[in-house]
Amino acid sequence: MGIFDFLKPRAPNSASVAKERLRIIVAQERAQRDAPDYLPMLRRELLEVLKKYVNVDPDAIQVKVSQEGGHELLELSVALPDKPGA
Amino acid sequence: MTEIIVVTSGKGGVGKTTSSASIAMGLARRGKRVAVIDFDVGLRNLDLIMGCERRVVYDFVNVIQGEATLKQALIKDKRFDNLHVLAASQTRDKDALTKEGVERVLNELKEMAFDIILCDSPAGIEKGAFLAMYFADRAIVVVNPEVSSVRDSDRILGLLASKTRHAESGEKRVAQHLLLTRYNPERVERGDMMSIADVQEILGLEVLGVIPESESVLAGSNAGNPVILDTASNAGQAYDDAVARLLGESVPMRFTEAQKKGFLTRLFGG
Ligand SMILES: Nc1ncnc2c1ncn2[C@@H]1O[C@H](COP(=O)(O)OP(=O)(O)O)[C@@H](O)[C@H]1O
Ligand SMILES: [Mg+2]
Repeated sequence: MGIFDFLKPRAPNSASVAKERLRIIVAQERAQRDAPDYLPMLRRELLEVLKKYVNVDPDAIQVKVSQEGGHELLELSVALPDKPGA
Repeated sequence: MTEIIVVTSGKGGVGKTTSSASIAMGLARRGKRVAVIDFDVGLRNLDLIMGCERRVVYDFVNVIQGEATLKQALIKDKRFDNLHVLAASQTRDKDALTKEGVERVLNELKEMAFDIILCDSPAGIEKGAFLAMYFADRAIVVVNPEVSSVRDSDRILGLLASKTRHAESGEKRVAQHLLLTRYNPERVERGDMMSIADVQEILGLEVLGVIPESESVLAGSNAGNPVILDTASNAGQAYDDAVARLLGESVPMRFTEAQKKGFLTRLFGG
Protein backbone atom coordinates (compact mmCIF):
# COMPACT_ATOMS: atom_id res chain seq x y z
CA MET A 1 0.00 0.00 0.00
CA GLY A 2 1.36 3.41 -0.95
CA ILE A 3 0.98 6.66 0.97
CA PHE A 4 -1.26 8.01 -1.79
CA ASP A 5 -3.61 5.03 -1.61
CA PHE A 6 -6.07 6.96 0.52
CA LEU A 7 -6.84 8.95 -2.60
CA LYS A 8 -8.21 5.86 -4.34
CA PRO A 9 -11.78 4.80 -3.63
CA ARG A 10 -11.78 2.00 -1.12
CA ALA A 11 -13.01 -1.20 -2.78
CA PRO A 12 -15.18 -3.53 -0.70
CA ASN A 13 -13.19 -6.45 0.59
CA SER A 14 -14.52 -9.25 -1.58
CA ALA A 15 -12.80 -12.00 0.39
CA SER A 16 -14.79 -11.21 3.52
CA VAL A 17 -18.01 -11.12 1.48
CA ALA A 18 -17.12 -14.57 0.12
CA LYS A 19 -16.41 -15.89 3.58
CA GLU A 20 -19.67 -14.60 5.01
CA ARG A 21 -21.77 -16.04 2.18
CA LEU A 22 -20.01 -19.38 2.50
CA ARG A 23 -20.45 -19.51 6.24
CA ILE A 24 -24.22 -19.24 5.81
CA ILE A 25 -24.67 -21.62 2.89
CA VAL A 26 -22.34 -24.26 4.32
CA ALA A 27 -24.14 -24.23 7.67
CA GLN A 28 -27.47 -24.54 5.89
CA GLU A 29 -26.28 -27.41 3.72
CA ARG A 30 -24.78 -29.26 6.66
CA ALA A 31 -28.09 -29.05 8.47
CA GLN A 32 -29.85 -30.48 5.43
CA ARG A 33 -27.31 -33.24 4.95
CA ASP A 34 -28.60 -35.46 7.73
CA ALA A 35 -32.20 -34.44 7.15
CA PRO A 36 -34.83 -36.69 5.58
CA ASP A 37 -34.95 -36.86 1.78
CA TYR A 38 -38.42 -35.37 1.58
CA LEU A 39 -37.36 -31.98 2.96
CA PRO A 40 -36.58 -30.22 -0.35
CA MET A 41 -39.91 -31.42 -1.78
CA LEU A 42 -41.75 -30.36 1.36
CA ARG A 43 -40.09 -26.97 1.14
CA ARG A 44 -41.12 -26.54 -2.51
CA GLU A 45 -44.72 -27.51 -1.84
CA LEU A 46 -44.95 -25.24 1.19
CA LEU A 47 -43.69 -22.42 -0.96
CA GLU A 48 -46.40 -23.06 -3.55
CA VAL A 49 -49.11 -22.97 -0.87
CA LEU A 50 -47.73 -19.83 0.76
CA LYS A 51 -47.52 -18.03 -2.56
CA LYS A 52 -51.31 -18.27 -2.84
CA TYR A 53 -51.57 -15.96 0.16
CA VAL A 54 -48.41 -13.91 0.44
CA ASN A 55 -45.68 -12.87 -1.90
CA VAL A 56 -42.71 -14.68 -0.36
CA ASP A 57 -39.22 -15.21 -1.70
CA PRO A 58 -37.87 -18.75 -2.03
CA ASP A 59 -35.18 -17.96 0.53
CA ALA A 60 -37.77 -16.76 3.04
CA ILE A 61 -38.64 -20.33 3.96
CA GLN A 62 -36.42 -22.33 6.27
CA VAL A 63 -37.24 -25.94 6.97
CA LYS A 64 -35.05 -27.66 9.48
CA VAL A 65 -35.04 -30.98 11.27
CA SER A 66 -33.21 -31.07 14.56
CA GLN A 67 -32.82 -33.41 17.50
CA GLU A 68 -34.19 -32.28 20.81
CA GLY A 69 -34.31 -34.40 23.90
CA GLY A 70 -34.53 -37.72 22.07
CA HIS A 71 -37.14 -36.72 19.53
CA GLU A 72 -36.97 -35.06 16.14
CA LEU A 73 -38.27 -31.58 15.67
CA LEU A 74 -39.38 -30.14 12.35
CA GLU A 75 -38.94 -26.41 12.41
CA LEU A 76 -40.52 -24.22 9.82
CA SER A 77 -39.96 -20.50 9.64
CA VAL A 78 -41.25 -18.05 7.08
CA ALA A 79 -40.03 -14.49 6.84
CA LEU A 80 -42.92 -12.39 5.56
CA PRO A 81 -42.19 -9.59 3.09
CA ASP A 82 -42.05 -6.01 4.37
CA LYS A 83 -45.38 -4.21 4.14
CA PRO A 84 -45.31 -1.64 1.37
CA GLY A 85 -44.62 1.78 2.77
CA ALA A 86 -43.53 0.40 6.14
CA MET B 1 -0.08 -52.37 5.25
CA THR B 2 -1.36 -50.67 2.13
CA GLU B 3 -3.06 -47.34 2.54
CA ILE B 4 -5.65 -46.16 0.04
CA ILE B 5 -5.75 -42.38 -0.40
CA VAL B 6 -8.28 -40.57 -2.58
CA VAL B 7 -7.60 -37.15 -4.08
CA THR B 8 -10.99 -35.56 -4.52
CA SER B 9 -12.80 -32.20 -4.60
CA GLY B 10 -16.27 -32.14 -6.09
CA LYS B 11 -15.48 -29.23 -8.35
CA GLY B 12 -13.49 -29.76 -11.53
CA GLY B 13 -10.33 -27.94 -12.51
CA VAL B 14 -9.15 -27.25 -8.96
CA GLY B 15 -5.96 -29.30 -9.23
CA LYS B 16 -6.78 -32.92 -8.34
CA THR B 17 -4.80 -34.45 -11.18
CA THR B 18 -1.93 -32.00 -10.75
CA SER B 19 -1.86 -32.87 -7.04
CA SER B 20 -2.21 -36.63 -7.56
CA ALA B 21 0.72 -36.63 -9.95
CA SER B 22 2.97 -34.59 -7.69
CA ILE B 23 2.03 -36.39 -4.49
CA ALA B 24 2.53 -39.79 -6.13
CA MET B 25 5.99 -38.70 -7.35
CA GLY B 26 6.85 -37.19 -3.98
CA LEU B 27 5.88 -40.33 -2.09
CA ALA B 28 7.90 -42.45 -4.52
CA ARG B 29 10.89 -40.12 -4.18
CA ARG B 30 10.71 -40.74 -0.44
CA GLY B 31 10.95 -44.46 -1.06
CA LYS B 32 7.31 -45.53 -0.90
CA ARG B 33 5.92 -48.13 -3.28
CA VAL B 34 3.12 -46.20 -4.97
CA ALA B 35 0.36 -47.04 -7.42
CA VAL B 36 -1.64 -44.12 -8.73
CA ILE B 37 -4.97 -44.77 -10.45
CA ASP B 38 -6.82 -42.41 -12.78
CA PHE B 39 -10.55 -42.80 -11.99
CA ASP B 40 -11.58 -40.19 -14.56
CA VAL B 41 -12.98 -42.77 -16.96
CA GLY B 42 -13.81 -41.28 -20.33
CA LEU B 43 -11.25 -38.51 -20.13
CA ARG B 44 -7.82 -39.84 -19.08
CA ASN B 45 -5.38 -37.09 -18.07
CA LEU B 46 -3.11 -38.39 -15.38
CA ASP B 47 -0.89 -40.31 -17.82
CA LEU B 48 -0.25 -37.10 -19.74
CA ILE B 49 0.58 -35.07 -16.64
CA MET B 50 2.93 -37.85 -15.51
CA GLY B 51 4.53 -38.16 -18.92
CA CYS B 52 3.69 -41.79 -19.65
CA GLU B 53 0.85 -41.33 -22.17
CA ARG B 54 2.64 -43.15 -24.97
CA ARG B 55 3.17 -46.23 -22.89
CA VAL B 56 -0.51 -46.86 -22.11
CA VAL B 57 -1.45 -50.20 -23.64
CA TYR B 58 -4.12 -51.42 -21.23
CA ASP B 59 -6.15 -49.37 -18.79
CA PHE B 60 -8.16 -49.63 -15.57
CA VAL B 61 -11.35 -50.76 -17.34
CA ASN B 62 -9.48 -53.42 -19.34
CA VAL B 63 -8.33 -54.89 -16.03
CA ILE B 64 -11.79 -54.71 -14.47
CA GLN B 65 -13.33 -56.40 -17.49
CA GLY B 66 -10.68 -59.12 -17.57
CA GLU B 67 -9.16 -58.08 -20.90
CA ALA B 68 -5.74 -57.57 -19.35
CA THR B 69 -3.98 -58.48 -16.15
CA LEU B 70 -3.11 -55.81 -13.64
CA LYS B 71 0.58 -56.44 -14.28
CA GLN B 72 0.09 -55.77 -17.99
CA ALA B 73 -1.76 -52.53 -17.34
CA LEU B 74 0.48 -50.99 -14.68
CA ILE B 75 2.95 -48.54 -16.22
CA LYS B 76 6.25 -48.27 -14.42
CA ASP B 77 7.50 -44.71 -14.11
CA LYS B 78 10.76 -43.93 -15.91
CA ARG B 79 12.11 -41.86 -13.00
CA PHE B 80 11.15 -44.01 -10.01
CA ASP B 81 10.72 -47.74 -10.47
CA ASN B 82 8.70 -47.95 -7.24
CA LEU B 83 5.99 -45.82 -8.87
CA HIS B 84 3.28 -47.27 -11.11
CA VAL B 85 0.44 -45.65 -13.01
CA LEU B 86 -2.89 -47.21 -13.94
CA ALA B 87 -4.44 -45.12 -16.70
CA ALA B 88 -8.13 -44.34 -17.08
CA SER B 89 -10.05 -45.84 -19.93
CA GLN B 90 -11.36 -43.60 -22.67
CA THR B 91 -14.56 -45.59 -22.97
CA ARG B 92 -17.79 -43.66 -23.00
CA ASP B 93 -19.52 -46.44 -21.09
CA LYS B 94 -20.44 -44.85 -17.76
CA ASP B 95 -20.95 -48.24 -16.15
CA ALA B 96 -17.49 -49.53 -16.99
CA LEU B 97 -16.43 -49.13 -13.36
CA THR B 98 -18.16 -51.36 -10.85
CA LYS B 99 -17.77 -51.50 -7.10
CA GLU B 100 -16.78 -55.18 -7.26
CA GLY B 101 -14.32 -54.54 -10.08
CA VAL B 102 -12.67 -51.63 -8.29
CA GLU B 103 -12.44 -53.62 -5.08
CA ARG B 104 -10.83 -56.54 -6.90
CA VAL B 105 -8.15 -54.31 -8.46
CA LEU B 106 -7.45 -52.60 -5.13
CA ASN B 107 -7.12 -55.95 -3.39
CA GLU B 108 -4.75 -57.19 -6.05
CA LEU B 109 -2.62 -54.04 -5.63
CA LYS B 110 -2.54 -54.73 -1.89
CA GLU B 111 -1.26 -58.23 -2.58
CA MET B 112 1.49 -56.68 -4.70
CA ALA B 113 2.62 -54.94 -1.50
CA PHE B 114 2.19 -51.33 -2.54
CA ASP B 115 2.53 -48.98 0.42
CA ILE B 116 0.14 -46.42 -0.99
CA ILE B 117 -2.61 -46.54 -3.59
CA LEU B 118 -3.51 -43.02 -4.70
CA CYS B 119 -6.87 -42.56 -6.43
CA ASP B 120 -7.25 -39.49 -8.65
CA SER B 121 -10.99 -38.77 -8.58
CA PRO B 122 -13.01 -37.26 -11.40
CA ALA B 123 -15.01 -34.12 -10.68
CA GLY B 124 -18.62 -34.30 -9.59
CA ILE B 125 -20.38 -36.62 -7.21
CA GLU B 126 -21.37 -39.27 -9.73
CA LYS B 127 -20.31 -42.89 -9.90
CA GLY B 128 -16.63 -42.31 -10.76
CA ALA B 129 -16.11 -39.91 -7.87
CA PHE B 130 -18.08 -42.19 -5.56
CA LEU B 131 -15.99 -45.25 -6.45
CA ALA B 132 -12.73 -43.32 -6.16
CA MET B 133 -13.53 -42.45 -2.55
CA TYR B 134 -15.47 -45.53 -1.51
CA PHE B 135 -12.53 -47.72 -0.41
CA ALA B 136 -10.32 -44.90 0.87
CA ASP B 137 -8.58 -44.89 4.25
CA ARG B 138 -7.64 -41.25 3.82
CA ALA B 139 -8.83 -38.39 1.67
CA ILE B 140 -7.05 -35.36 0.35
CA VAL B 141 -9.69 -32.78 -0.49
CA VAL B 142 -8.27 -30.32 -2.98
CA VAL B 143 -9.76 -26.86 -2.60
CA ASN B 144 -9.17 -23.45 -4.16
CA PRO B 145 -9.79 -20.24 -2.18
CA GLU B 146 -12.92 -19.58 -4.15
CA VAL B 147 -16.61 -19.82 -3.17
CA SER B 148 -17.83 -22.69 -5.35
CA SER B 149 -14.78 -24.82 -4.64
CA VAL B 150 -15.13 -24.39 -0.87
CA ARG B 151 -18.82 -25.20 -0.96
CA ASP B 152 -18.24 -28.33 -3.06
CA SER B 153 -15.46 -29.41 -0.71
CA ASP B 154 -17.84 -29.30 2.20
CA ARG B 155 -20.22 -31.46 0.24
CA ILE B 156 -17.45 -33.96 -0.42
CA LEU B 157 -16.45 -33.98 3.25
CA GLY B 158 -20.05 -34.92 4.03
CA LEU B 159 -19.94 -37.79 1.53
CA LEU B 160 -16.62 -39.04 2.92
CA ALA B 161 -18.25 -39.22 6.33
CA SER B 162 -21.26 -41.18 5.10
CA LYS B 163 -20.80 -42.86 1.72
CA THR B 164 -17.56 -44.78 2.13
CA ARG B 165 -16.77 -48.32 3.14
CA HIS B 166 -15.41 -47.21 6.51
CA ALA B 167 -18.37 -44.95 7.20
CA GLU B 168 -20.81 -47.72 6.31
CA SER B 169 -19.10 -50.32 8.48
CA GLY B 170 -18.81 -47.80 11.29
CA GLU B 171 -15.42 -49.22 12.25
CA LYS B 172 -13.32 -46.18 11.53
CA ARG B 173 -13.62 -42.86 9.79
CA VAL B 174 -11.84 -41.80 6.64
CA ALA B 175 -9.06 -39.39 7.68
CA GLN B 176 -9.61 -36.04 5.98
CA HIS B 177 -6.97 -33.60 4.79
CA LEU B 178 -7.40 -30.28 3.04
CA LEU B 179 -4.98 -29.26 0.32
CA LEU B 180 -5.40 -25.61 -0.56
CA THR B 181 -4.11 -24.99 -4.08
CA ARG B 182 -3.75 -22.05 -6.47
CA TYR B 183 -3.21 -19.81 -3.46
CA ASN B 184 -2.11 -16.27 -4.15
CA PRO B 185 -0.78 -14.53 -1.01
CA GLU B 186 -0.68 -11.12 -2.74
CA ARG B 187 -4.37 -11.31 -3.56
CA VAL B 188 -5.14 -12.47 -0.04
CA GLU B 189 -3.27 -9.48 1.33
CA ARG B 190 -5.28 -7.18 -0.93
CA GLY B 191 -8.48 -8.72 0.41
CA ASP B 192 -9.77 -10.18 -2.81
CA MET B 193 -9.00 -13.83 -2.06
CA MET B 194 -9.97 -15.85 1.00
CA SER B 195 -7.11 -16.68 3.32
CA ILE B 196 -5.94 -20.05 4.65
CA ALA B 197 -7.61 -19.19 7.96
CA ASP B 198 -10.90 -18.33 6.23
CA VAL B 199 -11.04 -21.66 4.40
CA GLN B 200 -10.02 -23.62 7.50
CA GLU B 201 -12.68 -21.89 9.55
CA ILE B 202 -15.48 -22.53 7.07
CA LEU B 203 -14.61 -26.17 6.52
CA GLY B 204 -13.54 -26.86 10.10
CA LEU B 205 -10.32 -28.58 9.03
CA GLU B 206 -6.64 -27.75 9.10
CA VAL B 207 -4.78 -27.65 5.82
CA LEU B 208 -2.26 -30.37 5.00
CA GLY B 209 -0.53 -27.99 2.64
CA VAL B 210 -0.88 -24.80 0.68
CA ILE B 211 0.24 -24.77 -2.95
CA PRO B 212 0.78 -21.34 -4.44
CA GLU B 213 -0.53 -20.36 -7.85
CA SER B 214 2.53 -20.91 -10.00
CA GLU B 215 3.60 -20.81 -13.62
CA SER B 216 5.81 -23.81 -12.97
CA VAL B 217 2.73 -26.04 -12.78
CA LEU B 218 1.84 -25.51 -16.43
CA ALA B 219 5.46 -25.76 -17.49
CA GLY B 220 5.69 -29.10 -15.71
CA SER B 221 2.45 -30.39 -17.22
CA ASN B 222 3.59 -29.33 -20.67
CA ALA B 223 6.64 -31.53 -20.34
CA GLY B 224 5.02 -34.43 -18.47
CA ASN B 225 7.07 -33.64 -15.38
CA PRO B 226 4.88 -33.13 -12.28
CA VAL B 227 5.81 -29.83 -10.64
CA ILE B 228 7.19 -31.55 -7.53
CA LEU B 229 10.18 -32.56 -9.69
CA ASP B 230 10.95 -28.87 -10.18
CA THR B 231 12.71 -28.49 -6.86
CA ALA B 232 13.48 -24.84 -7.53
CA SER B 233 9.82 -23.88 -7.83
CA ASN B 234 7.68 -22.74 -4.91
CA ALA B 235 4.82 -25.02 -5.94
CA GLY B 236 7.18 -28.00 -6.16
CA GLN B 237 8.59 -27.35 -2.70
CA ALA B 238 5.11 -26.77 -1.27
CA TYR B 239 3.99 -30.15 -2.66
CA ASP B 240 7.03 -31.82 -1.13
CA ASP B 241 6.18 -30.27 2.25
CA ALA B 242 2.62 -31.59 1.94
CA VAL B 243 3.96 -35.07 1.17
CA ALA B 244 6.19 -34.89 4.26
CA ARG B 245 3.18 -33.94 6.39
CA LEU B 246 1.15 -36.75 4.83
CA LEU B 247 3.87 -39.10 6.12
CA GLY B 248 3.58 -37.61 9.58
CA GLU B 249 6.45 -35.14 9.60
CA SER B 250 5.81 -31.66 10.89
CA VAL B 251 7.16 -28.98 8.61
CA PRO B 252 6.33 -25.28 8.69
CA MET B 253 4.22 -23.68 5.97
CA ARG B 254 6.10 -21.81 3.27
CA PHE B 255 5.15 -19.45 0.43
CA THR B 256 1.98 -18.35 2.21
CA GLU B 257 2.98 -14.73 2.83
CA ALA B 258 3.01 -11.97 0.25
CA GLN B 259 6.46 -10.95 -0.97
CA LYS B 260 7.76 -7.93 0.89
CA LYS B 261 7.74 -4.98 -1.44
CA GLY B 262 10.63 -2.62 -2.00
CA PHE B 263 10.63 0.89 -0.52
CA LEU B 264 9.55 2.61 -3.74
CA THR B 265 6.63 0.27 -4.45
CA ARG B 266 5.53 0.70 -0.87
CA LEU B 267 5.66 4.47 -1.21
CA PHE B 268 3.89 4.73 -4.51
CA GLY B 269 1.73 1.55 -4.41
CA GLY B 270 2.00 -1.28 -6.87
N1 LIG C 1 -0.84 -24.35 -8.21
C1 LIG C 1 -1.24 -24.11 -9.48
N2 LIG C 1 -0.80 -23.00 -10.13
C2 LIG C 1 -1.18 -22.75 -11.40
N3 LIG C 1 -1.99 -23.55 -12.12
C3 LIG C 1 -2.45 -24.68 -11.53
C4 LIG C 1 -2.10 -25.03 -10.18
N4 LIG C 1 -2.70 -26.19 -9.89
C5 LIG C 1 -3.40 -26.57 -10.98
N5 LIG C 1 -3.26 -25.68 -11.98
C6 LIG C 1 -3.86 -25.74 -13.33
O1 LIG C 1 -5.26 -25.87 -13.20
C7 LIG C 1 -5.79 -26.65 -14.24
C8 LIG C 1 -6.65 -27.76 -13.68
O2 LIG C 1 -5.83 -28.66 -12.95
P1 LIG C 1 -6.17 -30.21 -12.83
O3 LIG C 1 -5.14 -30.81 -11.96
O4 LIG C 1 -6.36 -30.83 -14.17
O5 LIG C 1 -7.58 -30.15 -12.09
P2 LIG C 1 -8.64 -31.31 -11.80
O6 LIG C 1 -7.94 -32.62 -11.91
O7 LIG C 1 -9.12 -31.01 -10.41
O8 LIG C 1 -9.73 -31.14 -12.80
C9 LIG C 1 -4.61 -27.14 -15.05
O9 LIG C 1 -4.49 -26.35 -16.19
C10 LIG C 1 -3.43 -26.96 -14.13
O10 LIG C 1 -2.24 -26.71 -14.84
MG1 LIG D 1 -8.47 -34.39 -13.07
